[in-house]
Amino acid sequence: MTTEQFASFSDNAVMFAGIVYVLATLGHVVEWAATLARPAAVRSAVETAVPVGAGAPAAASSTASPEDDQRSVRIETAGRIGVALTVVGTLLLAAGVVARSFASDPWRVPWGNMYEFTLTGALGVAAIYLALLPRMRLRWMGLFVTTFLVVVLMLANLTLEQEAGPLVPALHSYWLVIHVGAAILATGAFAVGALTAGVFLLKAGVERRGSTRLHGLLEMFPSSDALDRLSYRLHAVGFPLWTFAALIAGPIWAEYAWGSYWNWDPKEVWAFITWVIYAAYLHARATAGWKGKAAAIIALIGFATLLFNFVGINFFFGASSQHSYA
Amino acid sequence: MAVTEKAPAAAGPPQPPALSPRELLRWAWRQLTSMRTALLLLLLLALASIPGSVVPQSDVAPVDVARWKQDHPDLATVYEKLDLFSVYDSPWFSAIYLLLMVSLVGCILPRTAVYLRALRTAPPPAPRNLGRLPAYTSVESGDAPDVVLERARTALRGRRYRVSTGDGSLSGERGYLREAGNLLFHVSVIVVLVGFAYGQLFGYKGGAIVLVGNGFSNSLTQYDEFAPGTFFDPDDLPPVSFTVDDFEAEFLTEGPQQGQPVDFGADLTYVETPGDEPQDYHLEVNQPLLLDGMSVFLVGHGYAPEFTVWDGTGDVAYRGAVPFLPQDSSFASFGVVKVTGAQPEQLGFDGMFYPTYSFTMERGPFSVFPDALNPAVSLLAYHGDLGIDAGEPQSVYDLDTDAMERFEKDDGGMFRADMAPGKKVTLPDDLGAIRLDGWKRWVKLQVSHTPGKGIALTGVVLALVGLMGSLFVRRRRAWVRVVERDGRTYVEVAGLDRTTAGEGLDDEVRELAAAISGRSATATLPEDPAPEDDRKADR
Repeated sequence: MTTEQFASFSDNAVMFAGIVYVLATLGHVVEWAATLARPAAVRSAVETAVPVGAGAPAAASSTASPEDDQRSVRIETAGRIGVALTVVGTLLLAAGVVARSFASDPWRVPWGNMYEFTLTGALGVAAIYLALLPRMRLRWMGLFVTTFLVVVLMLANLTLEQEAGPLVPALHSYWLVIHVGAAILATGAFAVGALTAGVFLLKAGVERRGSTRLHGLLEMFPSSDALDRLSYRLHAVGFPLWTFAALIAGPIWAEYAWGSYWNWDPKEVWAFITWVIYAAYLHARATAGWKGKAAAIIALIGFATLLFNFVGINFFFGASSQHSYA
Repeated sequence: MAVTEKAPAAAGPPQPPALSPRELLRWAWRQLTSMRTALLLLLLLALASIPGSVVPQSDVAPVDVARWKQDHPDLATVYEKLDLFSVYDSPWFSAIYLLLMVSLVGCILPRTAVYLRALRTAPPPAPRNLGRLPAYTSVESGDAPDVVLERARTALRGRRYRVSTGDGSLSGERGYLREAGNLLFHVSVIVVLVGFAYGQLFGYKGGAIVLVGNGFSNSLTQYDEFAPGTFFDPDDLPPVSFTVDDFEAEFLTEGPQQGQPVDFGADLTYVETPGDEPQDYHLEVNQPLLLDGMSVFLVGHGYAPEFTVWDGTGDVAYRGAVPFLPQDSSFASFGVVKVTGAQPEQLGFDGMFYPTYSFTMERGPFSVFPDALNPAVSLLAYHGDLGIDAGEPQSVYDLDTDAMERFEKDDGGMFRADMAPGKKVTLPDDLGAIRLDGWKRWVKLQVSHTPGKGIALTGVVLALVGLMGSLFVRRRRAWVRVVERDGRTYVEVAGLDRTTAGEGLDDEVRELAAAISGRSATATLPEDPAPEDDRKADR
């Protein structure tokens, strides 16, 4: 295949991945709608029988009527379809990302500009979600993740799309693979972590206040303790990766390419801010009065700085940042 | 100031009673070193870093700072008072991280003491009722109690528990490295800062624009910008010199990314110490020239059109190449020509160099390609006083036209000198003429030396190692009790996770029980082998 064929294959694969993700989102919407429509009594019965996320196998509640059984089947089927479609979409996206590597001569890692970072980042989020799904029972996350992926792919296509081409000379270094690869992985972990922290805040709020209209929906989610633990573990994976990407690999490359390992470039400053905030999150989890809600809010702020660094810096400081490879 | 789930003795802020000065001091120290303060300082540090990414920094982009000050003369004085142009060495930024450091040290020292004591302390004895612990199982064993206990010891040690012996029971604890990692991380942060500070104080960084064909010798006067560390002595600059022999840039000539650079590099001939044999080096973006005590980096390139200027008396008043600064990716470049020696009046020009000149009515003149395929300049011309004699330092890239008058055409329109190489344009009123002779390329080189790199790198790598230990090592306690009942031996095993994110505790307890009882992994669980009151009676 020629580079042009790879390029158009990549564009098509990404487009189809987007479409499949839309369908996956629909599957999860049906799952949620059916869950919401479930009468409250059955909900709580199922809730006691199947503590979500606790590792107990799903078992039909003995108190459920045939109608409820049918509804449970419908919820289960819709959810499974959503996950299956997410797998298909992710395979397509992976094919698109790989093809993008071969769309320039010589082949290269598929992260030379914002469009490619975004694709790879989305792939990272999808891969982390799918990898943890069976062990950590993450299906409650399905609607969020697929919606997120659809939005990100759309934005990437509409605002960031760039034709494939060779790397600019500043990126001719194997540190590109190490530095950007680690940063993308860390971003994926932080993204899923932020999602968990956000749901934790919702769920913890409801648990504190008692029933609300959202109650039925929130029963889909694991307990706030389980969410807090999961969120911590994701951040605990993301933080060392980020430390490596931003504070070790980045400075080594900067020293090599720009003659100074720390330049207070806007992107570096914001990477540092993100690091400090996630460090604050880890400390907050160990501090009386900050555990739980405050810590989760700090984690969300951390993710906001990460997003701003990724998107905002290139748009606002494009000219002055040494990282403006968009 | 530590990344664990359970901060020891994390007491809230104590209510200050009527304080003696000593107590007040102790109270202040407690406050400063509390986790809460560390947390707030961390958030404050993040907040304080923001302005430096918004306002140009004089250490990073001195040209931008000058431009910013020109554009906002009123704000500039306020900003200067607040150190907003040098946020990262400002007193208020330093205050935050110094407080953070003090808080860090104040946390590390007592925690190290606690940790060292914990290392010497045996794991706590088995609680009376093991069944109340989060993970618990009991199995029967066919062997004598001593044999079983001995096997339990081996099993616990095999799983890297530290074991202490009680009365018919064993206590095990593992995961001591978690706190060690935690302490290592925090000590390493200090090491990194020491290395960083050392580099800032004793290093230097300079930038110079060198025309292709010209030389550079490493002394202060040769730099366009130079940022020495506080304790750096310019006499210590290594006596390196080099010539930029050639510069090649290659751009994509087709496809959607047309004009994107593919490769660029400069050929240098350098002499490391005077008298050495000259050596060649091909300098590229990711291939710096690394010498003893300094490194040379290629950080940019551009065009320098060559001009000849005649003044009103008909003499050649200027001849040479003038670096123009690229304004966009097509290398349309802005620059200034100052002819101080022109008679009867000084002459000045400013305008653009277009490497591949093109013109449309909508856009006016522009460059379609970054390579010099069809070079041209378009300059405005001024006559009068350049203001250089006034003594105020001027940028070579700015023309001070306060005391100058712009040349105009007879019909009152702006006079423009639009020239392709070789073309000569005569200025109105017989005040002179200018010719574009050709063009050269220039390279922007950064020369720097950062001592303490090794310290900082070692620190940050150790910090990562420590961090992983403090996040991923799990602290766990396990207890084994062997009970004889009716001539049979029963083993109770219980476990407790001391980190919240622990998992697999149940599995571990089951596996331990299976290993200790000497039965196959699928151990039989008998009825409660020792009801609580029986056990009490035994004691």
